[in-house]
Amino acid sequence: MASIATNQTILVVGGGISGMTAALEAAECGRQVILVERNTSLGGRTAQLYRYFPKMCHPTCGLEINLRRMKANRNLKVLTLAEIRSVSGKRGDYTVKIRLSPRYVNEKCTACGECARAVETEIPNPHDYGLGKIKAAYLPHAMAYPLRYVIDPSIIATEDGQRAKKACKYDAVDLEMKEELVEMKFGSVIWATGWKPYDASKIQPYGYDRYDNVITSIEFERLADPHGPTGGKLLRPSDGAEAKNIAFIQCAGSRDENHLRHCSRICCMASLKQSQYVSEKGESKSTIYYIDIRAIDRFEDFYRKVQEDPQVSFVKSKVANIQLDEKTGELILKGVDTEGYHRYEARHDLVVLAIGMEPESLGIPLPEDIITDSSGFMEGSKDLGQFGAGAASSPLDVNRSAQSATAAALRAIQSIYRTSSAEGGQ
Amino acid sequence: MMSEMKTAAYLCSGCGLGDKLDMASLSKVAQKAGKMAIVREHPFLCSEEGVKLIHDEIEKESVTHAVIAACSRRSKTEAFSFPETALSRVNLREGVIWVVAEGHEEIRQEMAEDYVRMGCAEVKKMKLPRGNPESGKEKNILVVGGGLSGLTSALEAAETGYKVVLVEKETRLGGWASKIWKRVPFSSPYNDPQNTGILELISKVSAHKNIEIHVNSAILETSGAPGKFVVRIGKAEGTETEVKIGAIIQATGFSSYDISKLPELGGGLPHVVDQAGLEQLAIKAEGKPIAREDGKPIRSVAFVQCAGQRDESHLPYCSGHCCATSIKQAMYFKDAHPEVDTVIIYTDLRTPGMGEDFYRSAQEKGVIFTKGKVSSVENAGEGCRLKFRDLILDEESTIEADLVVLATGQVPNSGVNIELPEERNQVSVLNLSYRQGKDMPQLKYGFMDSHFICFPYETRRTGIYAAGPVRRPMDMLQATEDATGAALKAIQAVENASLGRAAHPRSGDLSFPTVRLEGCTQCKRCTVECPFGAIDEDEKRFPLFNESRCRRCGTCMGACPVRVISFENYSIDTVGSQIKAVDMPDEFSEKPRILILACENDAYPALDMAGMKNRCYSAFARIIPVRCLGSVNTIWITDALNSGYDGVMMMGCKHGDNYQCHFVKGSELANYRMGKMDDTLKQLGLETERVTTVEVAITDHEKVAAFINDYAETIRIIGMSPMKGFG
Repeated sequence: MASIATNQTILVVGGGISGMTAALEAAECGRQVILVERNTSLGGRTAQLYRYFPKMCHPTCGLEINLRRMKANRNLKVLTLAEIRSVSGKRGDYTVKIRLSPRYVNEKCTACGECARAVETEIPNPHDYGLGKIKAAYLPHAMAYPLRYVIDPSIIATEDGQRAKKACKYDAVDLEMKEELVEMKFGSVIWATGWKPYDASKIQPYGYDRYDNVITSIEFERLADPHGPTGGKLLRPSDGAEAKNIAFIQCAGSRDENHLRHCSRICCMASLKQSQYVSEKGESKSTIYYIDIRAIDRFEDFYRKVQEDPQVSFVKSKVANIQLDEKTGELILKGVDTEGYHRYEARHDLVVLAIGMEPESLGIPLPEDIITDSSGFMEGSKDLGQFGAGAASSPLDVNRSAQSATAAALRAIQSIYRTSSAEGGQ
Repeated sequence: MMSEMKTAAYLCSGCGLGDKLDMASLSKVAQKAGKMAIVREHPFLCSEEGVKLIHDEIEKESVTHAVIAACSRRSKTEAFSFPETALSRVNLREGVIWVVAEGHEEIRQEMAEDYVRMGCAEVKKMKLPRGNPESGKEKNILVVGGGLSGLTSALEAAETGYKVVLVEKETRLGGWASKIWKRVPFSSPYNDPQNTGILELISKVSAHKNIEIHVNSAILETSGAPGKFVVRIGKAEGTETEVKIGAIIQATGFSSYDISKLPELGGGLPHVVDQAGLEQLAIKAEGKPIAREDGKPIRSVAFVQCAGQRDESHLPYCSGHCCATSIKQAMYFKDAHPEVDTVIIYTDLRTPGMGEDFYRSAQEKGVIFTKGKVSSVENAGEGCRLKFRDLILDEESTIEADLVVLATGQVPNSGVNIELPEERNQVSVLNLSYRQGKDMPQLKYGFMDSHFICFPYETRRTGIYAAGPVRRPMDMLQATEDATGAALKAIQAVENASLGRAAHPRSGDLSFPTVRLEGCTQCKRCTVECPFGAIDEDEKRFPLFNESRCRRCGTCMGACPVRVISFENYSIDTVGSQIKAVDMPDEFSEKPRILILACENDAYPALDMAGMKNRCYSAFARIIPVRCLGSVNTIWITDALNSGYDGVMMMGCKHGDNYQCHFVKGSELANYRMGKMDDTLKQLGLETERVTTVEVAITDHEKVAAFINDYAETIRIIGMSPMKGFG
């Protein structure tokens, strides 16, 4: 494996939309790229979204195109279940240690699904943020790449593990698979490690950790998705009843010095989009509690359209707190509508927190050389050989992430070019 | 170049195929009906050993055309990759055994056999694509516009080793960025305005050995294609230069919305300026307290946000940068003289990301933010009076200020709108010699943005990219990022063009369209309908294909009434022969045949996923993936009907404003063409239901199955086609 990468190779860390874009854009310029993804398949958080704003189109549509580009490109290698352990060296000559976790399924897998049928254990479905269950031998999702099953480590030493192995006619289940540590050389590194939702339970007054019917915006995406745990029905978690009066609370964690200093940029548009999921369900109503609606540039058109939707109302207010009506399971939102200064006490059957983005890299040991801003977003390395891309570099939406990743791909190519032309000149 | 055709079919019996299908009979079909020279069956074809078998036979038996009858073409793509062999994938797993309900063994087998026949028929009509022989090797990049975006694109490409020609219409480089005092910060800490850095950027670009600069110049003509553009550059004084170019970046920026169109907000009054006007005053002040044009010191200043923006009678959109720009400008006052009253009147304050720190810093500096909507600005005493609705207090309010700054929006400098009839006041930027018009198609409000969320750089002119505020409204940091990304796309375009390969979304595709001119009737449908303006007309009004501009969608092939356009591996014949290969039961069999032409980008994956999720659909369906519904030629449909198919269904992407077609116009054109199908059906004496078009998204795995089943039911009700036996 080590031999395939050289100091001309670009390492892309993270296989979400940004990492895939950076990797593909560089590879389609004829450069050698290795894309490393920590999870079992590519797509990242976008693969867990139901639809995109403002077109209301499906993320898997772009994913399909990107996967096709990937399958056709011999300059690009993908490693999944792979995590960066360390990066040392300098621009043009990085040594990277990568940990490969066992999938317990090798490349012989045909994705026939026999192992999943044989296994009895169910685990919380990671693709649905644990909202639903999946067999412990599973295909991460229908668009998973690589199209290969995964055996959950929890069943390896159990009878279920043996059942999976026995069910496979192709010798693809390998329960002996071990973790590996590989070392490779790279010329440049693109960090496209993406974002994670801010821990909603830290926003105490909203009771995410106390009330079943307070959920985050990313969980709401799974509820709306026909491939998701409720088959696309907006069911409230406490009792499975259909939610018909839904509150969206903006800036949940964002624009708040006690939580996230920055504005997460996507949340206004995400809630506007999600209000449309609600409106599509017939009579259901949405109320959006906001400080400023940040529908930047042509997104304004979408905002205007939602403002015209009689099923959606807007309240300019930072919700003060949420209480539970134990009898009905309803949530009571209290606060002051700052347009005219009216107090309100509003009842909703489901509350969606438009949760802020923080860099996923906060949990990853980054090379010392990397510069980050006050929220931890990456600006790149001092030696100009490593670059942030997409939501790792700033809270960005998908379109801007792809733009940023394309720019990062150029920077990586340029960095390698500079190093090699400097060497050539010696 | 290609040796004699040698065919082979490889049938996999793994993944339950052998249990559910009669493999021996499939082999016989491949041999007899399919006329395959070699037929092999393997229990696990995608295994190392199975793949080796195919490789070896390609080597030793000189197999040139292979059929792989196994899983979907979307599965095991890398394993079954034989670049030197024409290949047809027959989808027996996702497309047959996973979608046909138990208890339908006979019709399931018939379905599988038909698919094998179709694969064999297709492959024999395929040629191995050899790449565009007309490819251009020119790798220089033209950047039009010498503002921040253009300079950034030029420098980034040059620093990556590419030669750049930079054209600027003004006498000096720098654009708007050189006409402002400071910029909003690009990096932390986000507390204060930063130097623009434009002078350093200009000097780097000016000194760069890879960059050739033409100021005071405009593009007189752009002809050719990626890898071989020929661009004539004219200087204002009349001299002309011709350059050969590989790819183009249009970074022509924006103009500020004309404040004289905003008289109600005081546009035209002496103490009312736009943001650019304020920058002029700030440059004059050089960091000292800013004075008015008339020399009077300014003690109070009011900023009116969204002036003529987010307003359907002016600019309906938000320009994105203006909130932070007004904050920066308020800081000019506060930093020089904290006693100056600065108020920003806004409806939604929009400072995304770290802009929030900048906003906070302004609050700390004493800038006042008022949520309100300004209704009028008038002269009053020495300054102006603003009337506004205070949205917090919910009442009308008035303030006075020595100076009013209107945050007007960005109007893109995009050149000619080719969708409109020629207008005199529009000056073209690129002067393309393309049949479809002089400039790039615009998306909305004049911006040349991509319509695709996932692919922000996709324009409808191959090898020409828009960067900066001409693409979409943006601030300076975004413009820098955007210009850097555009430099990559331009580099990618020249590299791909030099290899004769397609650009996005069929990147790497080596097939290219060829036209048999002797059959052409000069109807111009191909030249008009190509979504990418790839086809011109020659002096004799024959279509002139510019292969390097082509995205290989096949819309021209679908458009051509005389069927003279084809690709090596995708043609009227590759699809037509599949349609004809299906074994047609007679009208008493009660076994209808439904042809489904499915867009390979969204509908076909949705059909695969229907299989993966065991959503069963009618075994009477015969599905053929197409590059885009736009490539569907009506001859396929009439041939199908004539040969006895009972129904034809087209599955394509959403069209209309929020279209999802990857080739922009394909599904819309297909819909339009099919709208005319009713007459044909009537002529044939057939019911109009025999042809139908449905919109499918990639997630619609449930819907696709339902569509097919409902359609099968419709066909059952209207009965079998009377055309059987005449085909």
